[in-house]
Amino acid sequence: MTAFVLSRLLQAVPVLLAVAVLSFAMFAYVGDPVAIMLGQDYTPAQREALIQDLGLDQPVFVQFATFLWNAVRGEFGISYRLSRPVAQLILERAPATLELAFAAALLALLVGVPMGVYTGLHRNSWLSRLFLTFSLIGVSLPTFLIGILLILCFSVWLGYLPSFGRGDVVELGWWSTGLLTASGLRALILPAVTLGLLQMTLIMRLVRAEMLEVLRTDYIKFARARGLTNRAVHFRHALKNTLVPVITVTGLQLGAIIAFAIVTESVFQWPGMGFLFIQSVATADIPVMSAYLLLIAVLFVTINLIVDILYYVVDPRLRIGRGAAAR
Amino acid sequence: MMRGFFDSDLWYSFTRSPVTVASAIVALVCVSGAAFAPWLAPHNPFDLATLNLMDAFKPPVWDEDGDPAFLLGTDNQGRDMLSAIMYGARISLVVGVAAVVFATVLGVMLGLLAGYLGGPVDALLMRIADIQLTFPSILVALLVDGVARAALPRDLHGEIAIYVLIFAIGVSNWPQFARTVRGSAMVERNKEYVQAAKVIGLTPLRIMLKHVLPNVMGPVLVIATLNLGFAILTEATLSFLGVGVPPTQPSLGTLIRVGNDFLFSGEWWITVFPGLALIALVLSVNLLGDWLRDALNPKLR
Repeated sequence: MTAFVLSRLLQAVPVLLAVAVLSFAMFAYVGDPVAIMLGQDYTPAQREALIQDLGLDQPVFVQFATFLWNAVRGEFGISYRLSRPVAQLILERAPATLELAFAAALLALLVGVPMGVYTGLHRNSWLSRLFLTFSLIGVSLPTFLIGILLILCFSVWLGYLPSFGRGDVVELGWWSTGLLTASGLRALILPAVTLGLLQMTLIMRLVRAEMLEVLRTDYIKFARARGLTNRAVHFRHALKNTLVPVITVTGLQLGAIIAFAIVTESVFQWPGMGFLFIQSVATADIPVMSAYLLLIAVLFVTINLIVDILYYVVDPRLRIGRGAAAR
Repeated sequence: MMRGFFDSDLWYSFTRSPVTVASAIVALVCVSGAAFAPWLAPHNPFDLATLNLMDAFKPPVWDEDGDPAFLLGTDNQGRDMLSAIMYGARISLVVGVAAVVFATVLGVMLGLLAGYLGGPVDALLMRIADIQLTFPSILVALLVDGVARAALPRDLHGEIAIYVLIFAIGVSNWPQFARTVRGSAMVERNKEYVQAAKVIGLTPLRIMLKHVLPNVMGPVLVIATLNLGFAILTEATLSFLGVGVPPTQPSLGTLIRVGNDFLFSGEWWITVFPGLALIALVLSVNLLGDWLRDALNPKLR
C-alpha cells in the first residue's frame, strides 16, 4: 500500500513541475510586471529598485527557484487588479467554491446513482425512458444556460429562491460557511443544481450501463439461483460491483465540477475562486491566474491520487495483480 | 455517384432512425439559417442606420404588445432578435468548425508523429497530452485565452479575438485526436505496405502523409463530429463569460450574456431565444455525431 501511494506521488511530481514552469512563465514573461506596478510616473532609479526587489535581475533558474519557494509558502505576489496579496484573495474565496462544489457532487451522487440503478433494473419502463431523455438534454445543455433558465423559473417568475450571492454567512475561524443559515442554504440550491446536473446525468448513465453489464454475469444468475431476494441481488451483489468506475468518474468529475464552478459562479455571482479567476482573465491579472493554475493543478493531482487509492481499497484484484507483477 | 450513396448502408441506417432524420433536419435549418443570414434575415442587426431605439424591448409577436415586423421581439438597442440569432449562429458555427478543424489538424499531425516515430517523440507528446487531459478543456481554453489577452497589445484584442478563441478551443481539444491517431498509426506502422514503402526508399514524411494518414482517418471523422457540438458549447460559454468574441460581432453566447442583464426586468425573450437556438444546434449536431459513430462502427454500440 505504501509503495503504491509513493509511486503515485512520484508520478505526480512531473505534472506539478510542468504546471509550475507554465505558471512561472506566465508570471515572469507575460506582460511587464514592472511597468504595471510602477504606473505612469517613475524615475530610472525607482525602476531599478523594483527590478531588484522583485529579483528580476537574477538568472532564470534562481527566479524559478524563488517562485517555487514562494509558492510553497503560499506567496503568489500582488493582484494587479485589486492590489492585494493573491493568497489572501484566494483563501477568502475558497470556502464558497468548495461548499458549492461538494454540494453539487453530493447532489449528483445522491440523485444520479438511484436513477441509474432504477433505469438499469427497469429498462423499458416509461420512467426510465423519461430519465434517459432528460439526461440526453442535460448533456447538451450548457451549464450557464441551465443556470439562466433556473433563475428565470425560480427567481424571476416564481420568486422562490435568490438568484445571486451566498446569503448570510457564518465565520468559523477563517472559514466562512453559508451552510448554517437558512438564507445561505436557500442561496445554495440553484447554483448546486446547476453545477451538479451534468454530473448527475453522467453518473446516471454510467451506473445504468454498469448495472446492465453486471446483471448479465454468472454470479448474479447464481445469486438468484440461491434464492436470494431481489433486494440482496440488486444492491449487495450488483450495485457493489458497479462502484469502481463510479468512483473514478465521480472523482475525476469533481475536478470538472471545480472547473465548471467558474461558469456557475459567474451566472450566480457566487463569491468564489472561479468568479475571481474569470474577472482576472478578463482584466489580464496574471498573478491571480498563475496562482489559480497552480492551485487547480495541486487540487487535480490530489483528487487523482485519492481516486487511485480508493480503487486500491475497493478492488482487491488490483492488489493481487500488483503483488504478482512485483514478483 | 449519388446513386451509390442512396444504396449504401449508411443511408439505410439513416432513414431507419427517426431521431436522426429529425436532428438532421433541425441541423440543416440551423446551418442554412446561419449560412444565408445576409439574404434570409428580415433585418440587418449590424446596420446602425436601420436600428431605432423606439423599437427596443419589443416582445415576441404573439404577445399583445408584439410588432409583426419583429417575429421574436427586439433587444435593448432595437435589434430584431431573429436576425441577431441568425447572424450569431453564423459566428458560433464559424468558430466551432474552425476550432474543430484546427484541433483535428494539430491532433492528427502530432498523433501521427508520435505513433509512427515512437520512442522519445512519442513519450514526450503523450506526456504532454496526459498532463493536458488532467484538466477539463474549458479550463485550458480559458487559460490560453487569458494568456493571449495579457500577451497581446490591448488595441488588437477586438480584431483578433475570434482567432484567439479558435486557437484556444482548438488547443484544448487536440489530445483526443492525437491519442486515437497514435493508436492506429502504431498498428499501421508494422504492416507490410509500410515496410514496402520503406524498402523502395520513400522518406518517413512521405510515408506518414501519403500512406499511413489515409488509413488512420476513419475514426477521426467521428471524433470531429462529436467534438463540433462541444466546441460550439465551449465558444458559447467563453463568450457568455465575456472572454470570447467581442460584442461588435455577437455570437449566440454573447447574445445570451447581453440578455442576461434584462432577465429581471421581464424581457426574457432576449436570453431565451438565443439559448433555444444554441440548444437546437448543439443537440442536433450531437445526435448526428452519435448516429454516425454507431453507424460506422456497430461494435461500439
